[in-house]
Order: sequence, then C-alpha cells, then structure tokens
Amino acid sequence: MKYDPMMIEPMRQELNLVGAEQLTTAEKLETFLSDNTGTVLMFVNSVCGCAAGSARPGLTQSMQSEVRPDKVGSVFAGQDVEATAALRGRFPDYPPSSPCIALFKNGEVVHFVPRHMIEGREAAQVSDDLVTAYQQHCGS
Amino acid sequence: MGTFHDDKGDLHGITVVVETTGTEIYIGRCDIDNPGEIVLLDADVFDHGNDEQKKAEYLQKALKVGFWKKHTRIGLPKVTVRSVTRLGSLG
Repeated sequence: MKYDPMMIEPMRQELNLVGAEQLTTAEKLETFLSDNTGTVLMFVNSVCGCAAGSARPGLTQSMQSEVRPDKVGSVFAGQDVEATAALRGRFPDYPPSSPCIALFKNGEVVHFVPRHMIEGREAAQVSDDLVTAYQQHCGS
Repeated sequence: MGTFHDDKGDLHGITVVVETTGTEIYIGRCDIDNPGEIVLLDADVFDHGNDEQKKAEYLQKALKVGFWKKHTRIGLPKVTVRSVTRLGSLG
C-alpha cells in the first residue's frame, strides 16, 4: 500500500530545495539517468524517522559544498515503486535499503551510502561523508 | 537517536548484528528489543561455523554494501543471544 501523497510531500519538498528532481516513474528515472556522463547523486527517500530524518538534511547540507554533483535526483521508496525498482536495477550488487544514497559517475556507482550508515548519525556526519565523496569524484 | 516508538526499545528501527550462542549471525532492522526477545525485520542469517575469518568477511561485506533479506520477520529468544551491535558501528 502506498503512502498518502500529502503526508510525504514535505519530505519531497525538503529535497526540492537543493534542486533534486522527483523521479516518480521509471520512465522519468531512465530519462534522467540516460546521459551516462558527469556525476549524479541519487537519493532513495523514505518515511523512516531514524534514518531519513538525518539523511535529507545531510544531503541538503552537503549541497552547500563548492564541489558537488552535476545533478540530483530522488525516488521515494514505497511510493515511486517502479522508479525505485528501476534505480535499484542500476546497482544490483547493493541490497535494497531505504533511505540510501548513490553517487554515479559516467553511469557507474562510485560511492554508496546504505541505510545502516545513516542510522543514528547526525545530519552533519552524513553531509561530511558525502562532501568527501564529492571531492573525490566530482569536479574537474 | 531514537524514534517515537518508545515501547519498542532504543534500537527500534536500527540495523543490528545479533550474534547467537550458536554459530549463526543475524542482521536486520530491530523492531522490538525487550528482556525476553529481539525481533528483527528484513533480516539475513549467516552460519559462520565457528570460522572467524568467514564471520569477519561476512560482516565486512554487510557493512560495506548491506545484506539480503532472508526473513521478513524473525524473533530470537534472548537466551540464545550473545550480543547485539549496531551494524553501522562496526565501521
């Protein structure tokens, strides 16, 4: 059963503030990732309070970094069902978890943050981890 | 950082490694943790057969990429539990 769209809308909007594109269908997801060039951060959003509650602000903080991905997209686990499955199909070696974060470079996953590496951490810690990955993989 | 489910224990919603008194390790999202049992959701189980290297390799891989669900829900009596550790704290 999907969530009430009204309930999760604020969780989507939190990511919209940093320019994340909401990929609500598999078609939108495939179009968004079809380029296979540059760096793309993909966020699997979740209603989970103990992980997504720090993952979303961690992501938004990380986007203050001078070096950051070329674009950001998001799917909502349990809501954007087909889009989430399509995204997970792009990293089949990583078991499903939500929230989670994947950084793609030229179509390949170069950094992955599973749910258990978000739980119990402060937003700043999530941000620091992402910024380190941006510095390693994004920019020139 | 807990959740608003105060009746389910501090580990509710957290991914934990449960070492048993036998040779099995469980990893899953803790639902309930009380003196009688621990209940995991979306859990994996691994039998290391007392091989410390196999156990370390399994935990290292789980830490890096996660784990595949074998049980949607499983309850483990506390008398069979040796330790409960946050998976994320192993890194």
